[in-house]
Amino acid sequence: MLHIKNLVAKIDSKQILNGLSLDVKPGEVHAIMGPNGSGKSTLASVLAGREEYEVISGEVSFLGEDLLEMSPEERARKGVFLAFQYPVEIPGVSNANFLKTALNEVRKANGKAPLDSKDFLLLMKERMKLVEMDKSMTQRSVNEGFSGGEKKRNEVFQMAMLEPLLSVMDETDSGLDIDALRIVANGVNALRNKERSFIVITHYQRLLEYIVPDFVHVLYNGRIVKSGPKELALELEAKGYDWIKEEMQAV
Amino acid sequence: MSEDQKLLDDISNSEYKWGFISDIESDNAPKGLNEDIVRFISLKKNEPEWLLEWRLKAFRHWLTMVEPTWPNVHYPKIDFQDIIYYSAPKAKPVLNSLDELDPEIKATFDKLGISLMEQNRLAGVAVDAVIDSVSVKTTFRESLMELGIIFCSFSEAVQEHPELVKKYLGSVVPHTDNFYAALNSAVFSDGSFCYIPKGVRCPMELSTYFRINSAGTGQFERTLIIADEGSFVSYLEGCTAPMRDENQLHAAVVEIYSHKDAQVKYSTVQNWYPGDKEGKGGIYNFVTKRGICAGNNSKISWTQVETGSAITWKYPSVILKGDNSIGEFYSVAVTNNYQQADTGTKMIHLGKNTRSTIISKGISGGKSHNSYRGLVKITKKAENSRNFSQCDSLLLGDRCGAHTFPYLEVHNKSAMVEHEATTSKVGADQIFYCNQRGISTEDAIGLIVNGYCKEVFNQLPMEFAVEAQKLLAISLEGSVG
Repeated sequence: MLHIKNLVAKIDSKQILNGLSLDVKPGEVHAIMGPNGSGKSTLASVLAGREEYEVISGEVSFLGEDLLEMSPEERARKGVFLAFQYPVEIPGVSNANFLKTALNEVRKANGKAPLDSKDFLLLMKERMKLVEMDKSMTQRSVNEGFSGGEKKRNEVFQMAMLEPLLSVMDETDSGLDIDALRIVANGVNALRNKERSFIVITHYQRLLEYIVPDFVHVLYNGRIVKSGPKELALELEAKGYDWIKEEMQAV
Repeated sequence: MSEDQKLLDDISNSEYKWGFISDIESDNAPKGLNEDIVRFISLKKNEPEWLLEWRLKAFRHWLTMVEPTWPNVHYPKIDFQDIIYYSAPKAKPVLNSLDELDPEIKATFDKLGISLMEQNRLAGVAVDAVIDSVSVKTTFRESLMELGIIFCSFSEAVQEHPELVKKYLGSVVPHTDNFYAALNSAVFSDGSFCYIPKGVRCPMELSTYFRINSAGTGQFERTLIIADEGSFVSYLEGCTAPMRDENQLHAAVVEIYSHKDAQVKYSTVQNWYPGDKEGKGGIYNFVTKRGICAGNNSKISWTQVETGSAITWKYPSVILKGDNSIGEFYSVAVTNNYQQADTGTKMIHLGKNTRSTIISKGISGGKSHNSYRGLVKITKKAENSRNFSQCDSLLLGDRCGAHTFPYLEVHNKSAMVEHEATTSKVGADQIFYCNQRGISTEDAIGLIVNGYCKEVFNQLPMEFAVEAQKLLAISLEGSVG
């Protein structure tokens, strides 16, 4: 589904990704871990098409198409979703109105008729349950005045509404208490199926106890330097990243 | 009479003998302005002597005035002698049915999406359509007449209800008020007139669409709305103008007179031609709008959505004379490219327990400049008066400007006046967030801006709110970056 080959990217004049390669097949959950500054968030931003990041070389294809050629909104409409590390506030625009606009854009791009208000509300009601979201949150302005936990929950709620094929979750667990973490993870797990894939970027093993990955990758200096099964996360948690760094220097 | 005045009078009178009254059959007045032109207009409209005198008085006063330079707008000096002050469309002025309407005029309306028939049938809106200077069609008049409501063109009102016109004309905006009001008083060509009798609630939204049609003609509309005791009316004014290379002057006057317990709601969507992307052309919109809450417990509410005009200079105001009267001003002013707007309101509190609310939302994009200018005046006798003002500015991109000039004059200790102001920017991160959810940049700006204007749009009648949202999206095309 997603095929990244030798991706090199920079922001400003600083090169962050140095030949990153990764393959994600339908239905798989990939966890990406790594020390600060290793390029985790840059990867998420490049996949979503954030303008400030410049791809110098490499390939990214999504469902057989060149992802890098697409505008951010085209990527979103094809089914790439980014759960933001820092969700943005949009005053005056209700969550419901925002999501309805987004959902109908995605539907339109995929040749589906827009949902009318009634069907949209029904869908929203159903999906709100997934993240145990309060009804009032749909009428509040997008992320405005939300607590850190509410913002992250709102990201997963949007994910549940838009049903993307590939979700990139950028440190969705940061700033969450243990209850919120469980709620967010349950939401993600409910969305898992044969077709949908997830890239879960995190610092901590904790999240992966709830969202159990098929693969764990260690990102270091802008490259994936180690991949393994879910147990790799436990090893990292126990030993830290230093042994990886040492291993790298030894090579 | 002062020396100067005498001199001016002599000059203006001396021109009279040159005359061109023989040109009475023509549909256009020649370019320029003098007493003859004023007489020509009055004669063309078959006006009574008192109205001609009123016009002449205004014209003579205008000659003594100078153009205001205090607004925060810049434009080349207007040559008032280079303007045609009267032009009438070729169609017959009195029509029995829409079928008689000039097909060309009708086509223009259709292009603007103002199908009169549609309006009649679907919206139940009575439309007094104004092309250039003469009202061509008034609908729903008869059903309104049954309630005693008068809704007609200003010229018709002069013929059919001279006593009302005479009583109220200039009672809110006197001809001495300001340069453009004086000019309008001298040369106004037509406009709308509305009278709601005692205790009557007008059952439909009254609507006027203004248009500037022929090149090089100034348009000087005059609107007079009178709400008698305990009545209610909601009045809509909408404008659109076609592409023009030449700057055109629009100097309208709107007067609202609200008696005891009466309520008037006046909503405007203004979409005059703003000029092209290089700032060439566009309408100069220099308008005086004012209402008076003359009686106790009366209310006047202005809602405006200003997206057009090269230059906007406009301060819909309320004089709160009656005790417990209420004045409201809700405004969205959008400027893009090289547009300039200096707009706001004046709330003059004279009566006791008077209340006013000002919500102003300025949006600037491109290289435009957007100023809010507002006065809240609490006079000595205005015990327990309240005002709440909120002025927000939204910037799109980094080459535009937003300015706020709030004036407060409080002469009574029991008054409470609140003023809040914010300036914000549509951030690249907000737009990216929307993009990432599948929403294009243009739609994202529309969404964000409409969210920002929600408080004002909520005040508009439903169909107007929808139109306003669309208009906003069109006006802001290409405003970022």
